[in-house]
Amino acid sequence: MSDAAVIDAEGIAQKREHPARTTIKRLLRHRLFMTGLVLFLIIATAAILAPWITDVDPNRLSMRNKFKPPGEGWIFGTDSFGRSLWSRVVWGAQLSMLIGASVVALNAVFGILIGAAAGYFRRIDNLLMRINDALMAFPAILLAIAVTSVLGPSTFNVILALGIVYIPRTARIVRSSVIVLREMEFVQAAVAAGAGHWRILTRHILPNAMAPVIVQLSFLFAFAVLSEATLSFLGVGAVPPTPTWGNIMAEGRDFMREAPWIITIPGIALMITVMGLNFLGDGLRDVLDPRLRIQQ
Amino acid sequence: MFLVALRRLLSAIPVLFIVSLISFGLMRLIPGDPAASIAGTSATPAQIEQLRRDLGLDEPLLMQLLHYYQGLLQGDFGKSLLLGKGVLAATMERLPVTIGLSLYALVLTLLIGVASGIIAALRQNTWVDQVAMMIAMLGISIPGFFLGLLMIIFFAVQLGWLPSGGYVPFTQDPIGWLRSTTMPAISLALLQAGLLARITRSGMLEVLRQDYVRTARAKGLPERQVILKHALANALIPIVTVVGIIISLLLSGAVVTEALFSLPGMGQLLTQAVLSRDYPMVQGGLLLVTTFLVLVNILVDVLYALIDPRVRYE
Repeated sequence: MSDAAVIDAEGIAQKREHPARTTIKRLLRHRLFMTGLVLFLIIATAAILAPWITDVDPNRLSMRNKFKPPGEGWIFGTDSFGRSLWSRVVWGAQLSMLIGASVVALNAVFGILIGAAAGYFRRIDNLLMRINDALMAFPAILLAIAVTSVLGPSTFNVILALGIVYIPRTARIVRSSVIVLREMEFVQAAVAAGAGHWRILTRHILPNAMAPVIVQLSFLFAFAVLSEATLSFLGVGAVPPTPTWGNIMAEGRDFMREAPWIITIPGIALMITVMGLNFLGDGLRDVLDPRLRIQQ
Repeated sequence: MFLVALRRLLSAIPVLFIVSLISFGLMRLIPGDPAASIAGTSATPAQIEQLRRDLGLDEPLLMQLLHYYQGLLQGDFGKSLLLGKGVLAATMERLPVTIGLSLYALVLTLLIGVASGIIAALRQNTWVDQVAMMIAMLGISIPGFFLGLLMIIFFAVQLGWLPSGGYVPFTQDPIGWLRSTTMPAISLALLQAGLLARITRSGMLEVLRQDYVRTARAKGLPERQVILKHALANALIPIVTVVGIIISLLLSGAVVTEALFSLPGMGQLLTQAVLSRDYPMVQGGLLLVTTFLVLVNILVDVLYALIDPRVRYE
């Protein structure tokens, strides 16, 4: 509260600072957000730098070196085929980030499109939302499993399945903001000024509806990474020997006694990612959309 | 009350109709020839043809749809290829395991989530609050199957206290049931308990600021009564709303947990069906589970109207 007042005072003193700058300043001061950002950046950097920070191919077998514990020579140890876990976990990070980012991108495009259409054009609202409700009625992970099993296990199909599962949830959030904004006076002013539907939606309504969407997308990134790991752990994600965190953990199940690190290391990587994104989402919600804080 | 229930049931009809359409459409999405895909690579053309006829895939799409709905109206959800019995029968056999596990996890979620949420709210901004909320955040961030694996490594493999898998029916041996379901239930409950703790805390903080709580304190009621009777009763309302969501998440999470701890429930049935390309089972099972969930959510809404009179007069 006092924090906001200070910033407002500064804003006036500097003669109207750009609102985006104010938001970024507040985010930089938000401890939870910064912690989340650092955690997420650790994983994201490893994912981007994967080809340069690993020296062994993630799928190179070396039976002589199997079950080497983490430490000398092998940073994260080796698995039952003597493959370097460091290579596998880092390349797994790349795949996780790729899938998370793709699902977020799909949601950003189609979630906003469907949500805005349903909220703005009343005639199609009912139909779109009934389909939405039906898709949301399925248990999320079960629907994702069923879709990937029907389409066949592959990275692309996992992205598609998770898109189908989560887009309705994003669309619902966009719709509820658009419905409120549609009735606002500044929108009616735009209508009176003769603006077309497209201009009203893209220039007046959507920019004001973005805050909850951005918050949702950051949590969605976490869900997507987690769901991907779950799908490949169950054996319906990317096909082994593709190094995904879920695949590595599934393979480690048979060797829990002799080599528990095969499970714990990718598991901790997964946890850091999910936790980082959750912190990011919490921080964004506090700064961008303070009203939501009360409900959660 | 009756009207609320009726209205919710009616509004569920279009949703369930679309759900059934999606389930139907799913099997038709298989790229290429579904019958060949189900039969596998070693099947002869005659076997594929036979399977196509058995599944009714040789009929025009509209006839398939008609037969599908005729079947559904008679309680026929299709026949599992793998188990050789009806989907409904197979589901009914496995459902008690999943419901038992989910209820156990729900009880744990409510106990841990509500208790820690209230304690954190009463000790707002102290170390108790911070520790409770940190644990809640950790609970939200630990993937359920990772926690399950960690518990197996620690309690089953290293210490040998609990079995790492297998299932004992409650009716046969309640203690054995508890031993076989405690780890799965905890790994299932922690995520939801974390969410619930945060919701309870903020709900409680909101209510504690209200005038009627001050009034209750001012007229000299013991603090225990103020908290439990005046504050908690009102803080419960948002909690009941999320119970429906929690049940949905628990049933969804049970899929993974059952696969992990090899519990013979719905989740295991469906994952096995998926892995062995038993599409009629996937289609029917998905529809049954989702219908069940929709009905549970209606029940929660009715419950909600029961405890919050404002909903009834809307």
